[in-house]
Amino acid sequence: MIINQLIIPLLVVIIIGFGLLKGHDIYNLFIEGCKDGINIAIKIIPPYFAMIFAINIFNGSGIINCIINQLAFLPKSIRLVIPMALIRPISGTASLAVLNQILSYYGPDSLVGNIASTIQGCTDTTFYVLALYFSSVRIKKTRYALAVGLLADLAGVITAIIVVYLFLN
Amino acid sequence: MVNILWSLLIIIGIVYSFVSGQITNINDYILKIGSSTLELLMITIPLLIMWMGLLNIADKTGLLAMLSKKIRIILKPLFPKIKNNKALDYIASNVIANMFGLGSAATPFGLKAMEELQKENNNKEIASSSMITFLVLNTSGVTIIPTTVISLRMMYGSINPSQIIITSLIATIIASTIGLLIDYVIRRINNDN
Repeated sequence: MIINQLIIPLLVVIIIGFGLLKGHDIYNLFIEGCKDGINIAIKIIPPYFAMIFAINIFNGSGIINCIINQLAFLPKSIRLVIPMALIRPISGTASLAVLNQILSYYGPDSLVGNIASTIQGCTDTTFYVLALYFSSVRIKKTRYALAVGLLADLAGVITAIIVVYLFLN
Repeated sequence: MVNILWSLLIIIGIVYSFVSGQITNINDYILKIGSSTLELLMITIPLLIMWMGLLNIADKTGLLAMLSKKIRIILKPLFPKIKNNKALDYIASNVIANMFGLGSAATPFGLKAMEELQKENNNKEIASSSMITFLVLNTSGVTIIPTTVISLRMMYGSINPSQIIITSLIATIIASTIGLLIDYVIRRINNDN
């Protein structure tokens, strides 16, 4: 945990120290970069807004809990993991909320707990990243990007279940 | 595709809340969209601006090129079409930042990479194959230490909170490999190397 907290401060020192040693005008380089950052920020605020709008409505409807209840016939280790896998590519916060539920119900060291933790750790919010990155450069046609991204996520989920069954059961 | 998914999320959400009688919830969520977006932006945008400042220093002083040189060699075969080394530098930095769980630093690198890739893109409205490969690599993201998950597990009193590091690593590597393989096959079929 301590190492984690050291990475960012160290990185800042290295970047600034390296620039100083090389004799660059780092203050103005920083300002220049910040200006660029503001331009990027202006470009990504609208897609950000759109994303949060849709995700808030989806989460707020309580449909995730409904899906969990509908799957009562499945073994509980899979029943809770499915909604988690479904929601993971869409929203990091929502899948963390499901993970929270799972960990508090079944405990972090249970089979379900381990599977859900692994899924959260091994994939990213594909849908969200694609929307953000593509709209930052005004791409309208994303071709097969989403399909491949989601297939990779599916592979991650299946592997997570198998690996946890094999090693942490 | 994003178009359809975006609309589906909203329509499913609203229709379901009608059916289940939770329309007041949704009403609140819609009205609160402004403040909840602003809250998120207040956290992410200043961080983005700060990283862009530091990134510019690292870039202009040659530090970025130096650090990403090794990873660039591994990445090069994945992106046969990229001529511009700068794009590869940003992609490499994005991958490294993701590996260490530095999400806030990874995003500006990724956005800069997209900017560079867009310069080489023939049709500015259609995603290039290099962009798609980059995003597949990015979203199946190799994370070495999933810090958020570990701290959640600690909170719930796990005996071994970090035992999921190995399983996550295996799952993430397989996800990335399969994603990149599918991407490669599609590029071959499209004759788009």
